Amino acid sequence: MSAVDLSRIGPGFADLALGSQAVFRTVLDALSHPGRILMMREEAPPPRDVHSAAALALLALLDQDCALWLSPSLASGPAVAWLRFHTGCRIVERAADAQFAWIAGVSEFPALDAFAQGSEFEPEKSTTCVIQVDALANDGGWTLQGPGINGACRLAVAGLGDDFVAQWQDNRLRFPGGVDLLFSSGERLAGISRTTRIRS
Amino acid sequence: MSTLQFDDKQTPQTVAARQAWMRLLSRAPLEMLEPALSPFAGPQPQWLRAPETGLIMAQGRVGGTGARFNLGEVTVTRCALRTDHTVVDCNTVGVAYVLGHSHRHAELAALADAMLQDSACRALVPADLLTRIEEWLEARRAERADKTRSTRVEFFTVAREASNEDATEDSE
Repeated sequence: MSAVDLSRIGPGFADLALGSQAVFRTVLDALSHPGRILMMREEAPPPRDVHSAAALALLALLDQDCALWLSPSLASGPAVAWLRFHTGCRIVERAADAQFAWIAGVSEFPALDAFAQGSEFEPEKSTTCVIQVDALANDGGWTLQGPGINGACRLAVAGLGDDFVAQWQDNRLRFPGGVDLLFSSGERLAGISRTTRIRS
Repeated sequence: MSTLQFDDKQTPQTVAARQAWMRLLSRAPLEMLEPALSPFAGPQPQWLRAPETGLIMAQGRVGGTGARFNLGEVTVTRCALRTDHTVVDCNTVGVAYVLGHSHRHAELAALADAMLQDSACRALVPADLLTRIEEWLEARRAERADKTRSTRVEFFTVAREASNEDATEDSE
């Protein structure tokens, strides 16, 4: 294992308990109200070149027992050292071994079935994916329905097309397994859980 | 030690030197660190990791070479910081892991670690600090060895000869 160059690593949460709780609350809101776009308050200065919402969500959620998979451009970037220093998480090579995944952009997003899916008895073992996207909006795009949504809501995620919607149908069929997704755009965060139905 | 350059690349020499002073700083009594380093501990060090106390499992080996076993959990405080720019300006990160739960000890040890890595700041650390710590630790060790020596028992004859015979048989 090579030594980490600490001189380039930025600080984590100014107040570990309060900062991580505030971020956790935002992530909880995002996943319990699929499609709702939330602002992530900047409780810690995120590394450059990544979305603050994605970086802070992972900073709050990960610990030394967590396995994280990174998309290729993140795996070679400086954000990894920051995340590893502050959380102690493990980096894994195969997406199927990961409890969390951080994906730099839609173009690096692997197929949903490449991730851990959990099982009937251990649905919590599936991967939670954090995907950085160019834009999020609540007008246009998909129509979402399901638990946590009053009736229906709209969510537009830049760059994800019909192919993704078809994959998402398969993901729903794996219930109670299946992955959950968090989308970040800058400091904005939205989630869709495995129970959410998407119509394009 | 003063000729080592930490600003460039890490070499086995710089790593060994840093390990040596980190060991001394972590074992030094707070009363020695406080007067030497508190002038440089500004009100606002930039914490990379604020002092936090936790438990780690210490492992030992029977006779120093046997199989590993869990000795027990020990309290450890750790922190990582950049120095306060208003007091002393060196662009290095200091790290400390210290037995016990003194946040101040961890902070001062990390501060000294950061300053010693920077060729300009190194001169600010009292030159004899590390040697004084080493002498203090050596005195403590000698004192403890003296106390233990009075209870020492030498087992001559049977056991030792028997084990020597075994050893020669094994080697044949």
